[in-house]
Amino acid sequence: MSVGPCEAFALVVRRELRLSFRRPDQLLQPLVFFLIVTTLFPLGLSLQLSLLRDMAPGVLWVAALLSSLLSLDSLFKSDADDGTLEQLALCGQGLTVIVVAKTFAHWLVTGLALVLVSPVVGTALGIPGSVFATMMLSLGLGTLTLSWLGAIGAGLTVGLKRGNVLLSLIVLPLAMPLLIFGAAATDRAISGVSAAGALYFLAALCVFTCTLAPFAATAALHITLE
Amino acid sequence: MNTPVDGLRVEKVHVWRGDRHVLKGVSLTLASGQLLHVSGPNGTGKTTLLRVICGLLRPEQGNVSWRGQPISSVRGEYQAALAYASHEPALKGDLTALENLRFAVGLKRRVSPGELRASLEQTGVAACADLPARVLSAGQRRRVAMARVLAMNAPLWLLDEPFTNLDAAGTGLLMSLLQSHAQGGGSALVVAHQELAMGRDMRRLELTA
Repeated sequence: MSVGPCEAFALVVRRELRLSFRRPDQLLQPLVFFLIVTTLFPLGLSLQLSLLRDMAPGVLWVAALLSSLLSLDSLFKSDADDGTLEQLALCGQGLTVIVVAKTFAHWLVTGLALVLVSPVVGTALGIPGSVFATMMLSLGLGTLTLSWLGAIGAGLTVGLKRGNVLLSLIVLPLAMPLLIFGAAATDRAISGVSAAGALYFLAALCVFTCTLAPFAATAALHITLE
Repeated sequence: MNTPVDGLRVEKVHVWRGDRHVLKGVSLTLASGQLLHVSGPNGTGKTTLLRVICGLLRPEQGNVSWRGQPISSVRGEYQAALAYASHEPALKGDLTALENLRFAVGLKRRVSPGELRASLEQTGVAACADLPARVLSAGQRRRVAMARVLAMNAPLWLLDEPFTNLDAAGTGLLMSLLQSHAQGGGSALVVAHQELAMGRDMRRLELTA
């Protein structure tokens, strides 16, 4: 009775989620970081709501980007350190299924969580409630893309002792289009212009990375395992 | 009969690590029902050989075949047929022993919790089934890793230093598990630097520097 790729995917996602919830400190760290960084801006800048509102999309996106980076390092690292990665590579499912499942689970606990708390942050930064849908959609697409870019980086740096700095150097330049179009989408929605163009571009980037990044990340992990 | 079509065959495998020539033309065969002990001093490439056999490491020269086919062409089938235990127990500290087994074995075959408990029972760690792996002792973790190998129901066992951290009873238990695995038609390759009191049941391959 062999196990199909869909079952394997579901099993790995469940495993990752269970591991995350057993370690609530690691789960909450990026989220708390996101909340704190975005709260610092209104405190540090002048209290003019219009100025704050102008800067809000950029602040929101930079904070989201940095807090997603915080947890990327651990994506494959703990599995590589304790030998689980070798077991996963030899489970007969092909490493790609495992990589897709792990990255998806990572997005659920970091990216999706950021999207869900973003209205709170949006309110603190003076973003009008009518824009929340666009903001959350753009953040959702952006964080998913970022998780995929991060999977490639994490795969490449997993064998290094202090790979997290290198990981940021690999991922952040690739994430610039996300920042530009993600902030633009929210910005346009605030000023009452249609954000569709920027959202389409984000969606295209998301589809592009979702299709190709699993193979790139798998190849990177294979190199590390040798 | 050194050409078994039903088992594992390693032919003249060479591996370099940087400038070091680690494996210098190693050849071996392992048919069903056979046990092979790979021994040798530290740094002679025992683990490297095991990783080559698993398919984790591609050799620069030579090839590894399973049932007459190169392992790269029958990867899925080959991986389903092997159970590998690395020298780390590969357990997640935050998951219980049973959960560790469920997530590892569940990727290979459909398995019920009852079967997993039975294999933990066989290796003498049934009482630890619901404890997080991080509270287990090194020897208990090794036994849980052995239970994972058992539960995989694989014909080919590849074990890297499985006797590390085991007490005398554990060593005896593992020996008898290996013997019954071979009697049931399975085969096993065991990397261990110490002597194994298995008598004629186990062949031996000595790697030299």
